[in-house]
Amino acid sequence: MSAVLEVENLTIDLPPGADRAHAVEDVSFALKPEEILCIVGESGSGKSMTAQAVMGLLPPLVRISGGAVRLEGVDLLGRSEADLRDVRGRRVAMIFQEPMTALNPLMRVGDQIAEVLRFHGTGMDKAARRRRTAELLEAVGLPEPELLRHSYPFRLSGGQRQRVMIAMALALEPAVLIADEPTTALDVTTQAQILALIKKIQAERHMAVLFITHDFGVVAEIADRVAVMQHGRVVEIGPAEQVLNAPQHAYTRRLIAAVPKLIPPAPRPVDAAAIPVLAASGLVKTYAARGGGFFGRGRTVQAVKDVAFEIRRGETLGLVGESGSGKSTVGRLVVRLLDPDGGAVRVDGIDIAGLRRRALQPYRRRVQMVFQDPFASLNPRRKVGKIIADGPVAQGMKRAEAEAKARELLRLVGLDPGATERYPHEFSGGQRQRIGIARALALEPEILVADEPVSALDVSVQEQILALLDEIRVRLRLAMLFITHDLRVAAQICDRIAVMRRGEIVETGPTAELFAAPRHAYTRELLAAVPGRHWTAPSLQTPLSSSTFSPPPLAGEG
Amino acid sequence: MKDFWKRYSRNRGAVVGLAVLALVIVASLAAPLLFPASPWDMVGTPFQHPFQGDQLLGTDTLGRDVLAGIVYGARVSLMVGVVSTLAAVLLGIALGAVAGYHGGVVDDAVMRFTEFFQTIPSFVFAVVLVAIFRPSIQSIVVAIAIVSWPPVARLVRGEFLSLRSREFVQAAVVTGQSTGTIILREILPNALSPIIVLASLMVATAILLESSISFLGLGDPNLMSWGYMIGASRTVIRTAWWMSVFPGLAIMVTVLAINLIGEGLNDALNPRLARRGRA
Repeated sequence: MSAVLEVENLTIDLPPGADRAHAVEDVSFALKPEEILCIVGESGSGKSMTAQAVMGLLPPLVRISGGAVRLEGVDLLGRSEADLRDVRGRRVAMIFQEPMTALNPLMRVGDQIAEVLRFHGTGMDKAARRRRTAELLEAVGLPEPELLRHSYPFRLSGGQRQRVMIAMALALEPAVLIADEPTTALDVTTQAQILALIKKIQAERHMAVLFITHDFGVVAEIADRVAVMQHGRVVEIGPAEQVLNAPQHAYTRRLIAAVPKLIPPAPRPVDAAAIPVLAASGLVKTYAARGGGFFGRGRTVQAVKDVAFEIRRGETLGLVGESGSGKSTVGRLVVRLLDPDGGAVRVDGIDIAGLRRRALQPYRRRVQMVFQDPFASLNPRRKVGKIIADGPVAQGMKRAEAEAKARELLRLVGLDPGATERYPHEFSGGQRQRIGIARALALEPEILVADEPVSALDVSVQEQILALLDEIRVRLRLAMLFITHDLRVAAQICDRIAVMRRGEIVETGPTAELFAAPRHAYTRELLAAVPGRHWTAPSLQTPLSSSTFSPPPLAGEG
Repeated sequence: MKDFWKRYSRNRGAVVGLAVLALVIVASLAAPLLFPASPWDMVGTPFQHPFQGDQLLGTDTLGRDVLAGIVYGARVSLMVGVVSTLAAVLLGIALGAVAGYHGGVVDDAVMRFTEFFQTIPSFVFAVVLVAIFRPSIQSIVVAIAIVSWPPVARLVRGEFLSLRSREFVQAAVVTGQSTGTIILREILPNALSPIIVLASLMVATAILLESSISFLGLGDPNLMSWGYMIGASRTVIRTAWWMSVFPGLAIMVTVLAINLIGEGLNDALNPRLARRGRA
């Protein structure tokens, strides 16, 4: 069967001064009708750029310098904007990562879909367009299309918005659907639904789908064929079965080896007799949305309801749940970034939940936090050494002593001690996360709260950071509260897991038990939604260990 | 620093502005050398046209040198502009930082206080203050500072509100750093760029305010100033245009130069916004 979309030797130049010359270099692949081709790669691999080139949506300053993009035999490169406009939507449609920003917030969703029909000269009259819109909304599984048509995007959930985007993409029955990380911003249960929907629609309408993702679980779930990209090149392409289970290229092997397995490792022996160093009980936090100025009463949202757990030294408790489940709020209550409205947080038996600033100071040292976003968690205007030393200095250590300690800690987390003199922007995401860990460790805490510490990182870096966290947990006998939405990560690093939903812990148990025999319906739902749960990454060569680190090249003067 | 200068100099208007301002500063510093006599002294016949007699820009109704007045007036204008802006910025940062950092009731209280000042038309308020204090250079500076701080406080509050929820600030809280340290060391340096840009534009506004106050005759009676010169010669503007036109030009050129500098600073300090604007 001839390909519906062919990309041949595509090369896209980056503007001079970028860290490499080409965003995409000599990329070729063919998309056959009725197949799902996944392009998978880490950030900066050029996978999104490839999709944007097909749609003619490249950002200014990057330029296509060679190759061809043929849609149904016609080259799209170098075509006028008017020609492209005709093709877009009618023959190729695209869905984006952020359903929040991809829809016009000021327009009813029905009108946005009807607009596609209107602009492409389908010759439909208003009533026909309305019928078609309702049809499409029904096809993507949205309830009550007639009512939903009149809603503004803000009234819809993320999953519903993504369904609207898909309906819009389907409006003109395109031959090719390009999906750029369409489920990355969604919760795992919603993600499972959207993936199933894309698969169903693709089969029903005989479309070809180009699916861009960084997640091998999603690939295993949906792909017929897989193309793996690294540094702007396709390093491996082949049937999903083969790429996932018998990868040939070294890079693919490394990526797949880094995917955390859903099967928990054998449980570690825990000292059951040890007294918990951290014990939370009856935690309650209610957010009051402020409104109506001085006297108004805002809406209240109960983010955390009666949460209780305990952690022993040397043990990791995973707190898993979807967005809005209150798991991050619990983390923030434990480190007292938020003040609980009720309940107790006991550190070595002493309740710190109600302590005032001064009384709290000594406990600050004992409970530390690693944050989610490595780019937002370091002050861009302060040198790394100072960032790490600030904590100990605030606790009364001498500055020189604290900075010496910072160098030592950098070595512990696998960075060059010379990093103290540099600014955060000179480091990659993974390195910054190491700095964040060093900062937390500087105070020699007994309890470490890690709030999604790897969710912003690429899979290979994620693996290194997880290994590092596990290593220091053992070495320093830390009690760790590990907050995550990713059950694969939780399976690998946690001794016990607590599942949260709508502010409550619905189930707690040892990791292996919880994965093998989930008791609560919601836990079962979560586990069933993990993408690629039927696929177990093959055991390949030993992956990178956290110690293989080379310090980054020194940046120029500036 | 090199990068900063490169981005700044990409905006040509800003470079011109900087050159003009440098010229004004040099002239005002060199005033006693250029015109050893007091600008209040009578040096020639009154109503002398410009570009004809000994006085380049002519003389005023009392035979005083217009150019000398402009050069000495520059000192007053620049001094008032800079000092009152500094005072307003410090006050604005202090209040804005407290409101933005603490939020809640503190924020409400401070912002209502700020709005109280913003509801009074600033020029009228400044004139009233000067009249109450009795006209002098100090009272003018104080009055201008008092009417100019609210926008700074609002800006700083906004920056602090958004920066305070950033993870690096939370990390500082968790490591037990004091509120003062967090405000000064973690948040303020990251909020500085827009403050600098706003301050540069406020200097221009302050110069205009001072000129307006002096124009109304409420200036410091002992100091020559541009606004006073225009005010004093407005009755004879049809017969002796040069007495008000040249000081007027001085005000316009200086204010324009400072505004251009402000724009250049904006480009240099917020490089991403600037590039998009020019694309």
